[in-house]
Amino acid sequence: MSERHTTENIYPRNQKKSYALMELVKGQGFQVRKQPEDTVFVWPHLLYIELIAALVFLAGLLWVCTFKHAPLEDMASADTTPNPMKAPWYFLGLQELLVFFDPWLAGVVLPSLIIVGLMAIPYVDINPKGVGYWAWKERKFAIWTFIFGFIQWWIFIIIGVFFRGLDWAWYWPWDDWHKHKSASGASLNDMNVILHGWGLDAVAADWLTYLLVIGYFVAFMVLPALLWRSFSRQLGMARYVTVWSLMALLWLSPVKVFLRLGFNIKYFLVTPWFKL
Amino acid sequence: MIERFAKFVRDTQVWQSLFRHGYPDNDRNQSLIMFSSVLLHLHPVKIKRSALRFRYTMCLGGMSAFMFLLLTFTGIFLMFYYVPDTRQAYHNIKDLTSNVFMGGLMRDLHKWSAEAMVFLVWAHMFRVFMTGSYKAPREFNWVIGVLLLTFTLLLSWTGYLLPWDQLALWAITVGTKMAEATPFIGYAGPWGQQLGMRVDNDIRFLLIGGTVVGQNALLRFYVLHCVALPVLITAGMVVHFWRIRKDGFSGPL
Ligand code: HEM
Repeated sequence: MSERHTTENIYPRNQKKSYALMELVKGQGFQVRKQPEDTVFVWPHLLYIELIAALVFLAGLLWVCTFKHAPLEDMASADTTPNPMKAPWYFLGLQELLVFFDPWLAGVVLPSLIIVGLMAIPYVDINPKGVGYWAWKERKFAIWTFIFGFIQWWIFIIIGVFFRGLDWAWYWPWDDWHKHKSASGASLNDMNVILHGWGLDAVAADWLTYLLVIGYFVAFMVLPALLWRSFSRQLGMARYVTVWSLMALLWLSPVKVFLRLGFNIKYFLVTPWFKL
Repeated sequence: MIERFAKFVRDTQVWQSLFRHGYPDNDRNQSLIMFSSVLLHLHPVKIKRSALRFRYTMCLGGMSAFMFLLLTFTGIFLMFYYVPDTRQAYHNIKDLTSNVFMGGLMRDLHKWSAEAMVFLVWAHMFRVFMTGSYKAPREFNWVIGVLLLTFTLLLSWTGYLLPWDQLALWAITVGTKMAEATPFIGYAGPWGQQLGMRVDNDIRFLLIGGTVVGQNALLRFYVLHCVALPVLITAGMVVHFWRIRKDGFSGPL
């Protein structure tokens, strides 16, 4: 709090002098080697906010407890298997991925890579702008990428929670959730089988699927460097490779969903060890 | 009279050893209280006025931490009534909801604050990302944060098995089924069988202590849920809060 008036009274400014009393500040303690600042004491200002937020939150939770109780079904029994079997809601996104990928990818590799990818963010984002406020314009690329992944996570959860019924089939809210859906009409095919059906020799079709998958990752490695030269140079080799391999994985689920729904493709790569 | 008595109490050695300074209503004591209390010392003495703004943090990190405290409190209550035995666990929970004083409320609170915590931690991460608060020098704290997120999910998930009802058994069965598909160390995963993995020696077997979710799995999840993961997440939070102090809060200028 400046006290300009008092300052002037105590020590009038004098043009001829190279020094002057700049400002008096209200307070009860010494201010040695301090810059002008706009700070407040944590006690009571922040602590009050924390206390109030906690009380409001607790009140809200207690209110929920008055009308909604924690579920408890019949005792666990290995004899009756529920249909569908659902994981807790926060993992339903991963379970939903099982429709599109084999368990080693959906249940193990992709979740691990999500964790690794999240951890990598601060080390690959070299844009110094937009710290300390809700930024948008200066960090378009970073924010789009993050939201793209974030939204995937939540969309798959929402599908798993609200649209999956018996036999993990798709159910609309207005469908009869007790009636089994007849198996969907179109049957799924692997990409090499489809290519073979188009007249390609079986071995060549096999090879082509390998090339396409490798090509997918190579494209993510090469194209950005050609499209955004200066940005790529700034990133440097290590960050560039990390960013774009993670990006290839970030696009994997949308691409697979698109190919499945559009072309009834089951796997785009079949190897003796795993399927993709 | 009351004043004199209050002064007498304040001058006793017991009082002085407890409260090392007067009531924090002036700068000196407001500083001292932050230094001398280990819990308050997680905070700085002063912060930027603008960092207080609700619009900036929306209290999401703080509320995640509060959820953890509430979960610890209600969780300890639940532990008094719960035996991790497949023949008893379900009935313990049933009793809790009908026969134990406040048992239902404690269980509900434990359940809903767990769900709230999962959501809040995600939301907090979203806030930290959107405000660019992970950039240097706060990179490492973001990494700690990702670990905290992982622990939070695992805590919630291990707790899911404990009521030992149909929901619990089968949710964990689907979940652990995924583990057997782990490359190299799961018997159904790529290169698993080539490396000698079987149903009874792979990573899933290690996780649930058997080939199906049964007594061993219940005990393992119980220990993870009530001891191992809480200890880990507490350690993580200690580092997390310490780093916020050391790196400085990103709040707007
Ligand atoms: C158990 C989970 C967590 C708890 C209890 C927690 C708690 C907190 C608290 C109390 C703050 C102070 C500011 C605020 O309230 O926003 C904070 C800041 C921060 N958190 Fe968390 N957090 C958790 C998880 C995470 C996660 C998942 C991330 C990111 C992946 C993260 C990254 C950060 C960073 C970088 C800061 C510094 C922000 C700044 O300086 O503006 N935290 N955390």
